[in-house]
Amino acid sequence: MIANATILDDLRTRFGEDSVTPQATRDEIPTFWTDGRHLRDVLRYLKHEVAQPYRMLYDLTAIDERVRQHRDGEPTSDFTVVYHLLSFDRNEYLRIKVPLSGETPSVPTITELWPAANWYEREVWDMFGVEFDGHPFLQRILMPKTWVGHPLRKDHPARATEIGPFQQPPEKVDREQEALRFRPEDWGMKRESEDSDFIFLNVGPQHPGTHGVIRIVLQLDGEEIVDAVPEIGFHHRGAEKMGERQTWHTFIPYTDRVDYLGGVLNELAYLTAVEKLAGIAVPPRAQVIRVMMVELFRIISHLVWYGTFAQDLGQMSPVFYTFNDRERAFDIIEAVCGARMHPVWFRIGGVAQDLPKGWDKMFRDFVAYLPRRLDEYDREVMKNRIFKARTVGVGEITREEAIEWGITGPMLRACGVEWDFRKKQPYSGYENFEFEIPTAQRGDCYDRAVVRVAEMRQSLRIIEQCVNNMPEGHYTSEHPLSTPPLKERTMHDIETLITHFLNVSWGPVIPPGEALGANEAAKGNNGYYLVSDGATWSYRTRIRAPSFAHMQALPLMCRGLMIPDLLAILGSMDYVLADIDR
Amino acid sequence: MNPIVKSLIILFLVIFIPLNVAAGLIWLERRLLALWQDRYGPNRVGPFGLLQVLADMIKIFFKEDWIPPFADKPVFVIAPAVIMVTVLMSYTVVPWAPGATVADMNIGLLFFLAMSSLGVYSIVLAGWASASKYSLLGGLRASAQMLSYEVFMGLSLMGTVLLAGSFRLSDIVAAQRHMWFVIPQFLGFILFLIAGLAETRRLPFDLPEAESELVAGFHSEYSGMKFGMFFVGEYLGVILISAMITVLFFGGWQGPWLPPIVWFVVKTLFFICLFILLRAALPRPRFDQLMSWGWKIMLPLALLNLLVTGAVVLAARP
Repeated sequence: MIANATILDDLRTRFGEDSVTPQATRDEIPTFWTDGRHLRDVLRYLKHEVAQPYRMLYDLTAIDERVRQHRDGEPTSDFTVVYHLLSFDRNEYLRIKVPLSGETPSVPTITELWPAANWYEREVWDMFGVEFDGHPFLQRILMPKTWVGHPLRKDHPARATEIGPFQQPPEKVDREQEALRFRPEDWGMKRESEDSDFIFLNVGPQHPGTHGVIRIVLQLDGEEIVDAVPEIGFHHRGAEKMGERQTWHTFIPYTDRVDYLGGVLNELAYLTAVEKLAGIAVPPRAQVIRVMMVELFRIISHLVWYGTFAQDLGQMSPVFYTFNDRERAFDIIEAVCGARMHPVWFRIGGVAQDLPKGWDKMFRDFVAYLPRRLDEYDREVMKNRIFKARTVGVGEITREEAIEWGITGPMLRACGVEWDFRKKQPYSGYENFEFEIPTAQRGDCYDRAVVRVAEMRQSLRIIEQCVNNMPEGHYTSEHPLSTPPLKERTMHDIETLITHFLNVSWGPVIPPGEALGANEAAKGNNGYYLVSDGATWSYRTRIRAPSFAHMQALPLMCRGLMIPDLLAILGSMDYVLADIDR
Repeated sequence: MNPIVKSLIILFLVIFIPLNVAAGLIWLERRLLALWQDRYGPNRVGPFGLLQVLADMIKIFFKEDWIPPFADKPVFVIAPAVIMVTVLMSYTVVPWAPGATVADMNIGLLFFLAMSSLGVYSIVLAGWASASKYSLLGGLRASAQMLSYEVFMGLSLMGTVLLAGSFRLSDIVAAQRHMWFVIPQFLGFILFLIAGLAETRRLPFDLPEAESELVAGFHSEYSGMKFGMFFVGEYLGVILISAMITVLFFGGWQGPWLPPIVWFVVKTLFFICLFILLRAALPRPRFDQLMSWGWKIMLPLALLNLLVTGAVVLAARP
């Protein structure tokens, strides 16, 4: 179904009848095919010229189409590069696809149109071997420089058992170490200016301030940062490749570990996409349980950020207080799910089980408990004058820059953009809840903190509404594709028995199609773009992670500042390395 | 008693007690921080975890004493010794109780200031000799921070000197028989407290270390007992500054009913706990903010304090 015909007409009148071909998708996002020749003009038109333009490059990825079976009406291609755009004026996504053929296909770069495309195009080259003509620095980004092959191609092995045993002789260690050496010239950096030599400082991959394995190479003049190069990929675990290997159901645990502080927030994004593909309507009770758990995890994630942010600025105590509070929230998660950080609680069509006895009291107690603590942290952290001196006016970005660089979530709202996907594109029944979108104006480290702190209070509000208005009914859908399949009617007729047997042993077969499931996660917009080829596993699982986009904008925020400011900015970004590298 | 024997006993006690108390402070600090941070702290080794210090000491003595191949070896080895020596030297002038001091010099206060200034060399040399970028940055920060805070540290004490009319620490204590100097010299006390914090490189002035920024700053490359010396040196510094605050502003050993040494210990312990509490509470300012705070606010205030005190002393002279 083509939701928005006007943009198609606009494109056709501008570029000719056969320049764009529409495609129907399960998620009803307007999807058009164009070719390499028209690509840049089409994108420039969509970004700058069309009424209500698509300002944000939301995602850029590719699909290896070579072994795909179901491609009704799509142009033939070996590889397809997919551009996801987002228009804030229209409140709408747009998907542009470019068919490519050959062993090393190429497509023009769009880095001069969107600087944010830089990392995305590097990733596509790294993962698929698609070349981007005119890209300023087309190097591997997630895999090591010494890697051979392109992992997300279908002919690349996915399991360790498919390749030879791993060996690491000393020569290999030396080779890998040498490949990691930073050479400023590669990045077009000078080693000295007219009056001083620059220091190149490796912040990471092992550093107490980076919250994980990432390397940020700083070009320093004294303690002032001239430029910064974030190097990612140390935490890359091939989550997308695993998505093409696991069944639809058994991939859920892997999503938990993408933003590992976000737990069910990831599951919800993934399942939103799966349920769109399968056409499953989630029953109201399951929706409200999901919302309640998601908001609790938002608070958990923000509490971790709060404490560690203060610690990055040298304040020692808040992290212990917030972790104590988080522990209380985990007690609830544990009572409901049995697990803590990675609950694997949502299922296709609903949740794993109904809520336990006495759940409402636990949630009510927590909702009553946390606000007092938040007030205390306000006095201790947010109103602390040294804290303010360290964060106000540090790492500012404007709203235009934020949109340009694909920044979403609290970081976008800190720039004064009142944009929350829970409100703008409600999912899982968020339209039924009363809450506000906290915003701030300046877009600096302090404002990001203000937004997150306010969000915790809003999440408490939502949880309270969930507790007070929990609908009766089933906790999972009765749709035949939902997992785990319902057991009640299994022994009554052969059909249900067979379906149950197949769905448990193989997993459900999701009908062919493609869908984007995106939600407002704790760190920003978390998107799962799934392509089904009518099998028990996904043909392509693309994880659009907010931290990836945020980290790319780091140099923009920290140029001209000092090392302590870099740590303040990193803390205020609230990223997770697994979310950057996936 | 033979005065030489007496001096030797005092000398032994003055070196032995602070070193042990400094080690004990590790336990005290960890327990107090834990108390304020809703957790337990070390409570497994011995009663109340008191033997934790012993366990830590055994561990640190048996660690490999590793010197990075790229380091400037002689300087790298000397640097941690410098801080221990200079801080311990300062202890010789501290009047613990009437007559209980190693050297009751007539320039006692100046000697203390001189020794604490020498302590900076330890940090700077450690940062330089490590030949690592993080250490270097830490060392640079240390030198700049110490320089700017040394200046008003000395000035902030001149008010007490004017009131007491002597640099001899026992005279200063004696001059506080009727009124502790913290009352007429409140500004001086605050300034000295801040400068003392900076001198001991404790939060919020731990910029030379700045864990979340510079890994461990000037002692990133140190391990084993050399690291231990920096560690103990820091605690010795905390005790020293607390003792000096007691001596200069809170009447030293003076107090009713209890023996003088008990008063001295109680007062010193109070300031030690204050130092720990400050560490638990405050974030770390940025380097340039710290510098401008030092030069633009603290130094003029110290001068003003000196000026006013001098004028009052002059006017009150018979």
